[in-house]
Amino acid sequence: MSEVILQIDGKEVSATEGMTVLQAARSAGIFIPTLCYHEKLEPFAGCRLCIVEAEASGESRLIVSCVSAVEKDLVIKTRSERVDRIRKTLLELLLAHAPDSPKLQDLAVEYGADKNRFEKDASFCVHCGLCVRYCAEVVKKNAVGFVGRGTKKEICFVPEIASVECNDCKECFPLCPTSYLQAAFVLTEALAFPNTSSEPDSE
Amino acid sequence: MARINSPEKLEKARQEILSRRKPDAPCISICAGAGCLAFGASEVIDAFKAEVEKQGLTVDVDIKKTGCPGFCERGPVVVIFPEEICYLQVKPQDVPEIVSQTIKEKKIVERLLYVDPTTDEKAIHESDIPFYKNQQRNIICDNIKIDSKILDDYLAIGGYEALSKVLFQMSADDVLAEVKASQLRGRGGAGFPVWRKWEGTRNSPGEIKYLVVNADEGDPGAFMDRALLEGNPHSILEGLIIGAHTIGSNEGYFYVRQEYPLAMENLGIAIRQAKEYGLLGKDILGSGFDFNVEVHRGAGAFVCGEETALLRSLEGKPGEPTPRPPYPAVKGLWEKPTNINNVETWANIPLIINKGGAAFASTGTEGSKGTKIFSLVGKITNTGLVEVPMGITLNDIIYKIGGGIPGGKKFKAVQTGGPSGGCIPAEQLNLEVGFDELTKAGSMMGSGGMIVLDEDTCMVDVARYFIDFLTEESCGKCVPCREGLRQMHTILTRITRGEGREGDIELLEVLAETAKEASLCALGKSAPNPFLSTLRYFRDEYDAHIKEKRCPALSCKELISYYIEPDKCQACMICLKKCPVDAIEGGKKKIHVIIQEKCTNCGECFEACPSKFGAIKKLSGEPVPPPIPEAERTFVKKSKEK
Ligand SMILES: Cc1cc2nc3c(=O)[nH]c(=O)nc-3n(C[C@H](O)[C@H](O)[C@H](O)COP(=O)(O)O)c2cc1C
Ligand code: SF4
Ligand code: FES
Repeated sequence: MSEVILQIDGKEVSATEGMTVLQAARSAGIFIPTLCYHEKLEPFAGCRLCIVEAEASGESRLIVSCVSAVEKDLVIKTRSERVDRIRKTLLELLLAHAPDSPKLQDLAVEYGADKNRFEKDASFCVHCGLCVRYCAEVVKKNAVGFVGRGTKKEICFVPEIASVECNDCKECFPLCPTSYLQAAFVLTEALAFPNTSSEPDSE
Repeated sequence: MARINSPEKLEKARQEILSRRKPDAPCISICAGAGCLAFGASEVIDAFKAEVEKQGLTVDVDIKKTGCPGFCERGPVVVIFPEEICYLQVKPQDVPEIVSQTIKEKKIVERLLYVDPTTDEKAIHESDIPFYKNQQRNIICDNIKIDSKILDDYLAIGGYEALSKVLFQMSADDVLAEVKASQLRGRGGAGFPVWRKWEGTRNSPGEIKYLVVNADEGDPGAFMDRALLEGNPHSILEGLIIGAHTIGSNEGYFYVRQEYPLAMENLGIAIRQAKEYGLLGKDILGSGFDFNVEVHRGAGAFVCGEETALLRSLEGKPGEPTPRPPYPAVKGLWEKPTNINNVETWANIPLIINKGGAAFASTGTEGSKGTKIFSLVGKITNTGLVEVPMGITLNDIIYKIGGGIPGGKKFKAVQTGGPSGGCIPAEQLNLEVGFDELTKAGSMMGSGGMIVLDEDTCMVDVARYFIDFLTEESCGKCVPCREGLRQMHTILTRITRGEGREGDIELLEVLAETAKEASLCALGKSAPNPFLSTLRYFRDEYDAHIKEKRCPALSCKELISYYIEPDKCQACMICLKKCPVDAIEGGKKKIHVIIQEKCTNCGECFEACPSKFGAIKKLSGEPVPPPIPEAERTFVKKSKEK
């Protein structure tokens, strides 16, 4: 693997070929906000928060750093007026769904995002897909998946699998940027788990 | 038919087919495309068969079920060769007369001809009809000459000649050079140069490469790809095999829109016959080149037409776009280099090989060459499929081919490029049609949708309508599209309802920027176009809705009122009886009045009032005059007093 030198926020960064811009930035201690990225998972590129400005041969364009490979002589700006404006809008869109998410709130402060800018639809899930993908790719159980599509897409536990697998795992719980995942689990457990022993386990 | 295993045998087979056909013998071609079938073409075909038999002409007359020539609105379309007499809106009861008059006596049945609405002149030949006369039909013209279910028909008009040439007389480099010289750009939306994509896929490392025909055609109202698939599937297949040989692929896929059963059927037949003839499958035409195709039925969502979503769907995964790069040419279907082109793109290939790339490139503008098929619909006299040279002006399409706006209404805008295209106003009617030209005007070529809008159309509502469609079709994967469009739709809806607020335009602008710049795929990236283009050309309409709660086109239901002008009302009771909520007061000899509190703005009365009275008026942004006092409501017929 050959070395690629690029510039991020004025700093010279050395990366290996095939790395993403996000990985290169992280390795150099430069922070880029992310929501749907997880180092153990295939990139999903759904939240778009990791968008940055890239300059190459005099042209500036916006790229999504979690899926964009490093290139020689690339000049990256992780913040700019345009990037900040887009991140702010993305956060405001997400806050319309999950106004109480600590992660979103922290970022909202940084980018001056107003959680009341857009009409609320408090469905709490922000569709980052971390739980679904973690369960599929790392745990390999597919106990939670997406149902529906488009604006009607939702996460959903599969009761038959979840009732067997989840209680001993719950590794996805801390990944959720909102509290929706746990709520969805508790709800599925209460309403749809196949009847095993109805005695609650004492801990 | 024995397999054809050399170019000489292909030529011989063609000569045999031609020798069996008498060029002067009458041939009745009846369009059996989905449009004409809906108007009863099947019955017309049956009637012709029965009548020809009854009059004892079976051996002398050929009856052909053909593909769509584009003028679906006047279907069923019948063309009689060799004279090319064109009859429109033919019904089974017209058939005996056509057979006895036109076929036997060589006389014209006048009443079935096209009549020019302005000059009252009749057109006998297809090519005399203004709708056709101003087109340049290089691709779709073959539809009416062949029965797509019969390969011999395609061979008779020179089919697979280009393939034979490519396999035996040209190197892959030659073909690529020809495609490059043609400057053909993809017809599916993005307008990417075809040769570059082919070259990219060819040069990508890997033994296995795939080709894909994008036949998902998801734009509502568009049916150019359907017309080609149904009417001339071999032309697409021939283009595909040429591409396969050039790129170095042995396996191809058709991804066909779910709602196209007839296209699936005709394509299936074409593939089977091409295999039987040795034009597809193993050792094509004895050249040693193998190529197989499979047909896959689409998953039904609009976004599945987007190339990465389409490939995921072909792999059996959810039809959601994936980030590019990697581009399909590098890592496509099952991670192998894949070349994907649109139906119409592939159909252009045989033409380019036969006529030469330079000849192809002699038509068009600087950046857009050849012809393009558009689906012309909306408020226009002649609707249908039109194939025009690139560089033709919008004005010529709308007025010369489309016959202008019906009902004496004024043209307002033309929406091009499918749901995520834009609206182009009257000031720009001289725009030459081409990829870059349309993009510069804030719209796009897309796959060739063209919807004409007249003065009664509210441009804010048009934006709302398309954003609504796109919100529904967003796959939901990325935030700027899924959430951004949803919010744009909410805001546009409130504006059309008269609930728009100061700052809404700015909010829409920032959402548009976010979707355009940050979306994952081209659906989200282009989705703001309907808003951005209407804002660019019709900002005053946005302002009127938001600031004055007025809809200048008198179209937004929540912003208009219906009012009966007392001095025009003839007390005829027609509107009164039509009103579904009994909101009209009045009676015989009593001037009618709309009770505004009861009225639901359904518009039934407006439609019902005889146009010679024209007593009902739409008002917007102004108060409705108070009802005339009871005492003055007695209707007095105005005598012709002097
Ligand atoms: C939302 C969306 C829908 C699309 N639908 C179609 C379609 O129905 N047919 C098509 O040929 N291309 C469609 N495309 C374009 C394809 O992604 C791709 O550009 C095209 O198939 C490439 O072929 P071409 O180069 O021959 O145009 C669509 C693109 C997007 C973003
Ligand atoms: S832009 Fe829209 S359709 Fe495309 S990936 Fe994002 S959500 Fe899906
Ligand atoms: S982290 Fe890159 S898109 Fe979500």
